[in-house]
Amino acid sequence: MREGLSLVGVLVTLSLGFGLLSDAFLTSASLATIANQLPTALTLAVAMTLVLVAGEIDLSVGSVLAVSQGVLGVAMTQLGWSWPAAIAAGLTTGLLAGLVNGAIVVRWALPSFIVTLGMMEAARGGAYLVTGSRTQYIGTDIEWLADLSWLGLSAPFLAAVALVILAEVVLTRTVLGRQAIAIGTNEEAVRLAGVDTRRVKLTIFALSGLLAAVAGVMQVARLASADPNAGTGFELSAIAAAVIGGTRLMGGKGSAVNSSLGVVIMGVLATGLTQIGVQDPTKRLVTGGVIVLAVIADVYRQRWTAARRHQDLT
Amino acid sequence: MTDGGALLVAKGLEKRYDVPVIEGVDLDLRPGECHALVGENGAGKTTLVKILSGLTPASGGAMTLDGAPYRPTDRTEATARGVRTVLQELVAVETLTVAESLFLEQWPHHWGWIDREALARESRPLLDRVGLQQVAPGQPMASLGIGQRQLVEIAAAIHRPCRLLLLDEPTAALTDAEAERLFEMLGELQAQGTALLYISHRLEEIRRLANRVTVLRDGRQVASKPTDAVSTEELIRLMVGRTVAEAVTRTTPSSDRPALRVRGLEAGPAVQNISFDLHWGEVLGFAGLVGAGRSETMRAVYGADTAVGGELRVDDDEDGQRFASPRQAVKRGIAMLGEDRHRQGLLGSLPVRVNVALASLGRLARRFGWMDRTAEQTAVDALIHRLRVKCTSAEQPIDRLSGGNQQKSLIARWLLREPRILIFDEPTRGIDAGARAEIHQLLAGLADSGSAVLLVSSDLRELTTLSDRIAVLSKGRLVATFKGPTFDPEAIMTAAFSSHVAPSAPPSPGRADHA
Repeated sequence: MREGLSLVGVLVTLSLGFGLLSDAFLTSASLATIANQLPTALTLAVAMTLVLVAGEIDLSVGSVLAVSQGVLGVAMTQLGWSWPAAIAAGLTTGLLAGLVNGAIVVRWALPSFIVTLGMMEAARGGAYLVTGSRTQYIGTDIEWLADLSWLGLSAPFLAAVALVILAEVVLTRTVLGRQAIAIGTNEEAVRLAGVDTRRVKLTIFALSGLLAAVAGVMQVARLASADPNAGTGFELSAIAAAVIGGTRLMGGKGSAVNSSLGVVIMGVLATGLTQIGVQDPTKRLVTGGVIVLAVIADVYRQRWTAARRHQDLT
Repeated sequence: MTDGGALLVAKGLEKRYDVPVIEGVDLDLRPGECHALVGENGAGKTTLVKILSGLTPASGGAMTLDGAPYRPTDRTEATARGVRTVLQELVAVETLTVAESLFLEQWPHHWGWIDREALARESRPLLDRVGLQQVAPGQPMASLGIGQRQLVEIAAAIHRPCRLLLLDEPTAALTDAEAERLFEMLGELQAQGTALLYISHRLEEIRRLANRVTVLRDGRQVASKPTDAVSTEELIRLMVGRTVAEAVTRTTPSSDRPALRVRGLEAGPAVQNISFDLHWGEVLGFAGLVGAGRSETMRAVYGADTAVGGELRVDDDEDGQRFASPRQAVKRGIAMLGEDRHRQGLLGSLPVRVNVALASLGRLARRFGWMDRTAEQTAVDALIHRLRVKCTSAEQPIDRLSGGNQQKSLIARWLLREPRILIFDEPTRGIDAGARAEIHQLLAGLADSGSAVLLVSSDLRELTTLSDRIAVLSKGRLVATFKGPTFDPEAIMTAAFSSHVAPSAPPSPGRADHA
């Protein structure tokens, strides 16, 4: 909770800072730019948080996003499927990719870094294969999804917020979330306590694949097309957002809400820097620095709480 | 105070973080003397050792070594002055070989190339000296049991000139015979003029080894006396500030209905053709040397490791089976408290509540896997209260608790699940006397109420106090079973050694001294 508040503090400071430096920043147009990019990034950050909490990693989310939207696009443009059927096909693709990741990780007890690195390549190849390496233009048949809105908020944005809340509830209030956190802390202890750790990990990877596909659908709806090159590098942004949000890379600690604050911080930083006229190379330099600073800050915060705890103890 | 004969003099040592952890501790150690340090977990013994060995600076007080001021800022400085330490927590690098671990501080080398031959040559006598004749210098540390690793650490500490040796619970992971070998070696060191500062929970060891004993309680020095001038009961009273019952009373005899029948269990070289029956209401103890296969047998029974042969029957099962995972065992009402609570039990950074609830999440959930937080809170609080787990609240991270309270929390985890067969592997290793007595009482109570208990322990007194029968393993085979209520420790030790044949000159079992 305290962590969430400090993230909000960083966010407010950044926004005010950019607002002062650039007249354009605190305008509805630029906020809309940020908000538009959010649903996909939020959904991927949620997926990454679930996986990281369990002490694993999923590097394939960007490519799985691409192959899922490729399937969706081809189903609509070339096969003439209706949008619900096409979306179902896209989501199934993501779910299957996630299940394959999870099954390989638990069956051979392999590090997920390697397994999902393989999937990252394979799914990208799959995306090129199904689309014939061409962007599939779908147009208004799908675009209306992104234009749906309620109280001025777009449907994908609302869906992403709902997913963040759902994931937070899963992590804090359900058996699955509890087991995932426990596995991220000490997997062997959880196994010896009679928990089926393999099933938990399989579920988490399947969810990650499914969420990547959901993120793919959101992006297709916004751009009205499916691009086999979509999602390149998104896995790293998702990891960065989760880490800024205080998720521990070694597992056992993480919050979907805080990761989504990490996403917003990254978004504000990118847009704000552009508006004050910073060129792309410098932007990346700054972003990289911020990620590392966030982790260093987290180390100090933990020391501070540990010192306070010590007081309680003795 | 100028004491001509003293090696190390400490006056008014203090260490404070936010509050004092130790305060006003005076020590003086003479060459060749063994000075014991006792106290409950959290009394400040380990902190004191860390100050002396340069791992943490003192906040106050002064020390002299050989009359010269001594204020080490790191371990290297302490080592250079001849102060060496064997820590309680093992810091083995698992990927290194035994020889590499022994010389970790400085590997013999030519221009940066490690001299493997010298490494092997110099390791052999060191290993022999601590009784590890059967261990090869080239073996990886990961292949060693916890007791053998402890001996390697000790060998690494003493292979160079050593004026003062600090030992923090050196026998916690050792069998009686291995401890015996260690004591002989310590005697040799003392004869050469090395002073020992010896921490142990095992008071009989202290009585035997130490010339003087210092008692710490809550960071303060409660007493410092010649060992002969203080009785064991008095020591315990000084440590805990209350009297602890040493004996455990059992009220109900075990039934003759089998709870668990194990036949021909096979799991690698450490578990060969193991068969035994465990009855309801019975405590069946397992004795043996380190590496005899006791933990491995328990893990194979529980499904933690895959057994390759044999079968077991729970209760009045018709068909035999083997558990493929702990989950299957737990579903049949079996629980196991592992020998290494850090690796096999604790979720270190998570609250006590989460640790206790871990094995019973399904029962604490409503539909759709939704946790019932009220039920969880109530159940966990009740167990914390019942087992007298000392914590600020159920929300305190478990790694902030003392070893004894951590262990009690892990026992609470299983009691919440209500198993009928419990496997306890070294349940009181490295735990203070008060918590140890409580765990003993609890274990006896479980058996009295009809549960069946398998108890593995390297502490023969613990085994003989609690067990109805004791099975002895030696090199992966069950070589003898003794029936209580009274046991002959020498006969048990003889059985434990029975598979170790003459050539490598094992320590003589007759020397084991169990009062």
